[in-house]
Amino acid sequence: MSVYLDHAATTPMFDVAIEAMNTALRKLGNPSSLHTEGRSTRKDVEDAREQIARAIDCLPSEIIFTGSGTEADNAAIKGLFWHSDKKVILVSSIEHHAILDPAHWLVEHEGAQLIEIPVDGDGVIDLHFLKQVIAERSNEIALISVMHSNNETGVIQPIAEIVTIAGDIPVHCDAVQSFTKVPLSFKKLGLFAMTISGHKVGGPLGIGALILRRAVEIPALLHGGGQERDIRSGTLNAPSIVAFAAAVSANLYNAEKVLALRDAFESGVLASRPDAVINGKNSERLPGISNITFPGTQSDSLLLLMDSQKVSCSTGAACTAGVQRPSHVLMAMGLSDVVAQSSLRFSFGSTSTQADVDYALSVIPDVIERGLAAHSVGKK
Amino acid sequence: MKIIAAMSGGVDSAVAAARAVEAGHEVIGVHLALSSNPQKYRSGARGCCTIEDSHDARRAADVIGIPFYIWDMADEFHEGVVENFMSEYAAGRTPNPCLRCNEKIKFAAVLDRAKAMGFDGVVTGHYARTRESDIGRTLHRAVDPLKDQSYVLAVLNRDQINGAIFPLGDTEKVDIRIEAEARGLAVAQKPDSHDICFVPSGDNAGWLRDRMGSEVGPIVDQDGNKLGEHKGAYTYTIGQRKGLGLTVPTADGSPRFVLKIEPVSNTVVVGAREDLAVTSMRGERPIFCGPAVGAAPQRGFVQVRAHGAALDCTYYLDNDQLVAELDAPLLGLATGQAMVIYDGDRVVGSATICETA
Repeated sequence: MSVYLDHAATTPMFDVAIEAMNTALRKLGNPSSLHTEGRSTRKDVEDAREQIARAIDCLPSEIIFTGSGTEADNAAIKGLFWHSDKKVILVSSIEHHAILDPAHWLVEHEGAQLIEIPVDGDGVIDLHFLKQVIAERSNEIALISVMHSNNETGVIQPIAEIVTIAGDIPVHCDAVQSFTKVPLSFKKLGLFAMTISGHKVGGPLGIGALILRRAVEIPALLHGGGQERDIRSGTLNAPSIVAFAAAVSANLYNAEKVLALRDAFESGVLASRPDAVINGKNSERLPGISNITFPGTQSDSLLLLMDSQKVSCSTGAACTAGVQRPSHVLMAMGLSDVVAQSSLRFSFGSTSTQADVDYALSVIPDVIERGLAAHSVGKK
Repeated sequence: MKIIAAMSGGVDSAVAAARAVEAGHEVIGVHLALSSNPQKYRSGARGCCTIEDSHDARRAADVIGIPFYIWDMADEFHEGVVENFMSEYAAGRTPNPCLRCNEKIKFAAVLDRAKAMGFDGVVTGHYARTRESDIGRTLHRAVDPLKDQSYVLAVLNRDQINGAIFPLGDTEKVDIRIEAEARGLAVAQKPDSHDICFVPSGDNAGWLRDRMGSEVGPIVDQDGNKLGEHKGAYTYTIGQRKGLGLTVPTADGSPRFVLKIEPVSNTVVVGAREDLAVTSMRGERPIFCGPAVGAAPQRGFVQVRAHGAALDCTYYLDNDQLVAELDAPLLGLATGQAMVIYDGDRVVGSATICETA
């Protein structure tokens, strides 16, 4: 038996999406072409755009398709910064690297000033800090970017309140993990911009979208044919767009079922390892993500041992050389680097079953024992 | 057996892992990240643990069809190997970091961790052989004399040798490359690594100077007469002739050689070639790969450099120190180097040279 508990990394494509993609792959036509084939593919793309717009509650014209969530995040951070004559970028300290790295790049190359909003021990951003920064420096702030939910802990952030506090300052929200998992409305949140991604929701890899408020024109990262509002050029990836929309429209994610599995898993872990700590457990969390610290272990050993028992999970982060690094998210929550490196993320999805949970629970005691032994020889 | 294959990203460890799989072992590939700040690319034969090496190791594991992980041993490596390298030089000795790495990292930190995790041993691409005999498992030279790495493995004790698998010892390097090619391993023609992996420039003296500073001191003859100045005693090696920059020539114009490095007085002592001659050596911290050596003198060979000659000697243990008396004198032997004793092609053990005479 093999058990996949890394749905937050990527999750299986839904059959409807695979079928839609297969059909689209066999179809000829560049959606920007003016002839019959082009118009037909363009219709498919625009149908898809409308379907996704309905799901995220935005105008179809507010969707800018990109090659990935990372590209959408980069377009948002750099674009909103360049769009503004202000220099301060405000992001939470637990953002994905697709936000943090372009923000740091702007600091190094474009004279930006970065302020990171801290989070509390439960992983929720400090609204008081945000209010204070805005009260003192509101006319210097180019943009604010806070993720809807964190990819490592699943902790959901108070986006609506952030938008209210921000007033006129543009707010971008990376909603890659939240989209289709929890209710999400671009319009109701009052956001300037939002990021979503296909492969996290049962769609294909290589497709994401920046939702950008109508009539906001930001500088492009990719220049060329100007296909997407002149903000993103490149031939529209019609098969992936169509499949992305098919996955979203199918609405197959059963949050209640996923939540029940996640909760059963966490209870089982705590029953066998009472010293385990569920990170962010006091906060509102996504249904499918469980981040657990196993004191006295090292997560890279645990991952190897879980993998050899055919259970796939994830450690927080790795550097470009593939070396595991303590998660900046857990450290922002106040964990030491040692504790942060003793944590694993298990993430559940539409295809997860009770049998998966049972099997994973059955291997954990032995894995943790071996992990403890491996760590204690390391300290010798 | 369940074993960890230490995969550097080079051809030898890739073929070793593949052979271990074929021998029926359950193999998991592990690349050791030994630098906390790795370079992106490898430059020729120098350096290791670049991001490119880690990619090559991963790719080899994928082609062989085994799981692959990266273990961060940067702290252990720095503490056990790099710091030791510096402190040995600072103490006027000439260390061999490859031995130290085998002793402290590959067959200690890695093997211990592997065993704790339920593995039985570690397979590497070292050129050496092990044999089962009535005195237990023993360590032997490889078939290929040019590649033989038994010298750098002579720091392994019996437990470590029992947990080690060296599948390449019976093959010549040229055939390993052919085999790698046949196995579809892209690293088949990757250059061998030489020199010290954490000194990618190959300039040991410059590397040491950057980290330890350079305190000018006297270069003197054996009578204490000052002949010149040096730029940091630890950047000199026993037997070194070039780059001394001496201003006072010898009476007969014969060259001078570094005889001794005295770290406390920061003095480099030079003298004539014949003064380099060594006929006996003592080593501390002896490690025996098989049965321990006793006080009774035995005949065998001693080797003092990784690819040096095997010198005829009589060896014995004297108060926890390994002593080797050479049949013929050897010119220029630095303390800090390892003396490795062989009985035929069997590695008896090793010790760190602390005294020569």
